[in-house]
This record gives sequence, structure tokens and C-alpha cells, in this order.
Amino acid sequence: MLQGYAVVGLYLLLSFALLGVVLLLWWFLRPKKPNPLKLETYECGVQTVGDAWVQFRAQYYIFALIFVLFDVEAVFLFPWAVAYNQLGLYAVIEMALFLLLLLGGLLYAWRKGALEWA
Amino acid sequence: MGELIAFYLLAGIAVATALAMVITRNAVHSALFLVLNLVVVAVFYLLLGAPFVAMVQIAVYAGAVMVLFLFVIMMLGAERVGGTTGLRWQVPLAGALGAALIGGTLFAFLRAPAGLAPVGSPPVPFGDPAAIGERLLTTYVLPFEITSVLLLIAMIGAVVLARDSGPEGK
Repeated sequence: MLQGYAVVGLYLLLSFALLGVVLLLWWFLRPKKPNPLKLETYECGVQTVGDAWVQFRAQYYIFALIFVLFDVEAVFLFPWAVAYNQLGLYAVIEMALFLLLLLGGLLYAWRKGALEWA
Repeated sequence: MGELIAFYLLAGIAVATALAMVITRNAVHSALFLVLNLVVVAVFYLLLGAPFVAMVQIAVYAGAVMVLFLFVIMMLGAERVGGTTGLRWQVPLAGALGAALIGGTLFAFLRAPAGLAPVGSPPVPFGDPAAIGERLLTTYVLPFEITSVLLLIAMIGAVVLARDSGPEGK
């Protein structure tokens, strides 16, 4: 099994190395004549204003948090699905309880308008 | 042998990313270094023969939790932590506690070399999703259900907080 992962790791290393080689090659080959106009973000079009480091709105936070919660829920679903055959109806009831509780949370968030982009 | 080389290589990367995370001044860069560190830890789980645990580590910690961290950092606008923020006694206290931790670990290792002996290998399908699922739904069914209540509380708390702090209150 570890040999299989070694192949993946080798592939990963090779792809990074190839990327590095290509970038290095271009660094040597390309002409380098920078001027202020060329270094602008958009060579033609709107002038950029201010900094890229801006404050995010608090609403992104809600989406991230709800994403974390459902990610955890999805992770719990995997072992349940695999163990399902050995446990039968009992497992179904347990998981239904788990999912219903979280569904209640989702319905609450929905009703309160947390999922809408105000 | 190859496993040992892979371990030392990955351990080096893990320590380097952890150090970089602490040293970097920009909080966003810190968070990204932490992502790298968590991914390397996931590869450790793979090496231990626990692919499910590794995938959970990447999906939950390196994925979702770090997205949350990044959003919080960007929301607070805390990406540029000044060089002299914090309390005056913070640096000496951190140094003393770090020295105490290293000293304690060294003391434990030197006093009980048995602690360095290899632990017996884990059961073969280590971290197997089927085994986890069976335990989760039989032995640990109460903590499992309590987890769902905890997640529910977190969700409601987040909704309430966002409604109060947002400029537009429904």
C-alpha cells in the first residue's frame, strides 16, 4: 500500500520540479524591459484603487462556519455508510436523529435569513 | 528504509512550516503556513496506514477550519500584526514556558528510556472507516449524538452573532 503512495509522492515531486524547470527556463530566455505602464495590474482599463488587503464582510464568516458544520456532518456520514450493513435499522435511526438535529439548525439559519446575501 | 527517508523529509517540512507560521508577521501568511503544516500531518497519517483519518484531516482541518480562520483574519483586518503589539511580560513568559516544556520532555525521555521503545504496531486496518463507524454507533453513540447538538448550538450562535453585528439587522 505504501508503494502506491510513494508513486503519488514521486509524481507530485516530478510535477513541481517540471514547473520549476519551466519557470527557470523562461526567466533566462525572456527579455526584461519593465516600465511603469507595463507593471500596472490592468494594462488597459480601469485604474486600480487602494490595496488588495481589504477587510471582508462579516457575512463571509457565516458561510464559512456553516460550511465547517456540514463538512463535519459529511465526514460522519462516511463511517456510517460503511458500517451500515453490520448495524441495520439501529444505525439508520441514530443517523436520522443526527441529521434531523442539524437540519433543524439549517432551517433556523434559513428562516433567519442568514443564507441570503443582503 | 524508504519510509524512514520519507518520514524525516516530511518531519523537516512540518517543523519548517510550523516555525514559519510563528515567525511570519502577516497573519494571512501564517494561516497559509498552518494549512501546509496540516497537510503534511495528513501525509503522516497516510504513512501510518490510515487513509480515512488523513482525508478527514484534509477535508475538515486543512479545508473547512482554515477557510474559517482566513475569513476571520480578513474580517478583523488583522493581517498585519505590528511588531510590538502584545503585553510586555508576554515574551519572557513564553520563553520560560517553552524552556520548561523542552526541559520536561527531555527529563521524561532521559529518566525513562523505555518511553523510547517502539510501541506495538496498531491493528492492521488502522483508522478503518468501517471500524470507526461501528464503534461510533455502538460504544460511542452518546458522544456522537451530543456532537450533533454541539454543531446545532454553533450554527445558531453564529446566526445570532452575525445578525447582531451586521449593519443590516433583518
